[in-house]
Amino acid sequence: MKRLLPFLSVAFAVAFALAADDVIPPVPAEPKVPGKLDLPAKDFTETVEEAIKIPDEKDPDKFTLQKSKTNFEMVYVKGGEFEMGSPDSEAGRNANEGPVHKVKVAPFWMAKFETTWDLFDLWFRSTGLPRRDEAEGLFEAKNPDKKLGPDAITRPTNPYVDETYEHGREGKPAICMSHHAAMVFCHWLRGKTNRGYRLPTEAEWEFACRAGHTGPYGFEGGKDRLGDYAWFKDNSKTEDKDEGTTHKVGTKKPNAFGLFDMHGNVAEWCLDQYDPKAYEAAAKLSFIKPTDVKWSHVVRGGSWLDSAAKLRSAVRWPSEKDWMREDPQFPRSVWWLTKMDMIGFRVALPVEEYPDLVGLKPSVIKKGQ
Amino acid sequence: MASSTRRDFIKAGAAATATATAAGILPVHAAGLEKIKVGVIGCGGRGSGAIGDCIKADKSVVFWAAGDVFADKAKGTANAYAQSHKDQVDIGDRVFGGLDAFEKVLASGVDLVILATPPGFRPYHVEAAIKANKHVFCEKPVAVDGPGIRKCLEVAELAKKADRAIVAGTQRRHQAGYIKTIEQIHAGAIGDIVSARCAWNGNEPWFRARKPEMSDVEYQLNNWYHFNWLCGDHINEQHVHNLDVINWVMKGPPTKCVGQGGRIARKQGTVAQTGNIYDLFCLEYEYAGGVPMYSYCSHVPGTTHDVSETIYGTKGSCRVNQYTINKDKVHKGGREELSPYVQEHVDLIQSIRAGKPLNELKTVAESTMTAIMGRMAVYSGQVVTWDMALNSKELTMPADLKLKAELAVAPIPVPGKYKVA
Repeated sequence: MKRLLPFLSVAFAVAFALAADDVIPPVPAEPKVPGKLDLPAKDFTETVEEAIKIPDEKDPDKFTLQKSKTNFEMVYVKGGEFEMGSPDSEAGRNANEGPVHKVKVAPFWMAKFETTWDLFDLWFRSTGLPRRDEAEGLFEAKNPDKKLGPDAITRPTNPYVDETYEHGREGKPAICMSHHAAMVFCHWLRGKTNRGYRLPTEAEWEFACRAGHTGPYGFEGGKDRLGDYAWFKDNSKTEDKDEGTTHKVGTKKPNAFGLFDMHGNVAEWCLDQYDPKAYEAAAKLSFIKPTDVKWSHVVRGGSWLDSAAKLRSAVRWPSEKDWMREDPQFPRSVWWLTKMDMIGFRVALPVEEYPDLVGLKPSVIKKGQ
Repeated sequence: MASSTRRDFIKAGAAATATATAAGILPVHAAGLEKIKVGVIGCGGRGSGAIGDCIKADKSVVFWAAGDVFADKAKGTANAYAQSHKDQVDIGDRVFGGLDAFEKVLASGVDLVILATPPGFRPYHVEAAIKANKHVFCEKPVAVDGPGIRKCLEVAELAKKADRAIVAGTQRRHQAGYIKTIEQIHAGAIGDIVSARCAWNGNEPWFRARKPEMSDVEYQLNNWYHFNWLCGDHINEQHVHNLDVINWVMKGPPTKCVGQGGRIARKQGTVAQTGNIYDLFCLEYEYAGGVPMYSYCSHVPGTTHDVSETIYGTKGSCRVNQYTINKDKVHKGGREELSPYVQEHVDLIQSIRAGKPLNELKTVAESTMTAIMGRMAVYSGQVVTWDMALNSKELTMPADLKLKAELAVAPIPVPGKYKVA
């Protein structure tokens, strides 16, 4: 069985101090991402680092930055043409999965695993990067007539309650983040790596999940073998969690492309703005570019909480306002979906970005619903 | 007319409507056709959320008035709902700013008010609301000091006499899983209670930077979480939820407590810049019969979260927040259940309709007092009893508060030096 590589978290101090006011600017330069990546067509390991602020004990206006590093693995996916969606005859099929249509997917890399807290925390908990509410305050104090844009690279605001919902942290998939939070995470990652990381399009996701298989699931043997590849309702319970829980990423079998947990564990955000009729429209592009409209986007692959039918390769579960019902604040958080502890994501990286997605930015702002 | 009650209106039926209107109190009952005019006082995230929850709770709710110290916030909330729920918004120009915005909302013809300003104002606002004969949805906590609690306890009695409803934002009391689980404990499912534990160990809250044009008072009001006179510290503002559950299980508040804590990871700066609250409290409370309860709350980023209540008995234990007794699920819960934040408004409105107004002010005041007593014990480093806390004289609300004014911030309390006054 393939073993999950441990995520490295190396800390080392850098020997300089900054005045508190010169915090890494709230609006950093836009990520510079080349249109086409000059990388060998094979799997690789990405390294990303971010800083933590260590306050100076004597002078509260000063601090040192301590850097922390994490690795994650990217799997090369050759691309090609495939039949997207499911036929009427597929058991448990929903109307938005059809009609089946041919889609071409350009070569890309897909994260081997769902984004873990280990990686997500490098962004979410690194105090060297200002939190959104802090950044807004700093920015608006200096620019009274302007508003901080939704593409500012900040950390999210803090969730009101435990973002892990007692599912655990180390090696476990990050959960409960909104589509926007996943988009800003990718934006931050683009800034850090100068590579065009983003959410996978629905077509890329389904191509990667199917890994060459046309049936309901992306592996040989169908539903009877699902437990070999996926954490879902029938097998996700533990002694402590009798309603099921997330599991460490990479602890089931990978698919033929070498990707883990495409089915189950957490449902994964895709890039596209959701259109239930997208497949009928025979769009020229294989994706619909996300806009500033918060609803809806799609999560795919089903989760630890879902039954087998919801884990099928073609299932598109669109987000809806009701996902925020447990958030007691208004406007509701743009970062967190309270109690949606079955939602996560993984990142993708195109070899050559689709022209329409060049310069992709998160654009949702906090405005009520 | 002032002595008339809800029940009178229901009995008298339509004929009473005219007189009721004349008295400024519309009946909220019967055929369900009447409008319930709701005003919100304090239009931050929670107040703006609560008016939405109230709108969702009942079709006859009309968003009628909004007030906030900062007029922009009141306008923002009014505009947002005028767009998203226009059928239930009829707010006209009843949008008020300033420190007296609450009086203007109360005088605007509302039947029910949502009180969601920073907690320091709550005793004064709930008093004004009940004296104006309004029904109240009152966010937790309900005070930040002993004098505030004593006022709330008086107002609880006034509300009873006036047949006004007061539901508090301790929404666990309206959550089916909590209700069923605690019923089981009270029925003896874990035997006699031996000890208990509760926690709210979580992340730091928001911090709102000072804008150049802000006075001291404006800055502190806008960034209220970090100032004791407004917030009462996080043991009060947040951990009160868990303390309230334990008081509910124990059927009353504790008798005394002792504990330790401090400020170890908050933003650094002067108290005027970054406030004067702690970020860590660990306490041992004692309940009637000598039952101990261990309470923990922290705001330290990067540490393990824990928001929970656990009860240990002679026949096992109960994880109240998970609805489990000896690991067996008492209640399933789930996303198909109505959000407790909406449920509390449903219960409030139904109690008014039924002529049996809920009055939760005493219980929430006791839970708030429990938190304040804990804070006093930790700040002072001494054992603090219920009577000491309840009778404490320290009043944190500045006299003659004005918006455009300087306001010094009290120092961060040092255990062993701070005295419970």
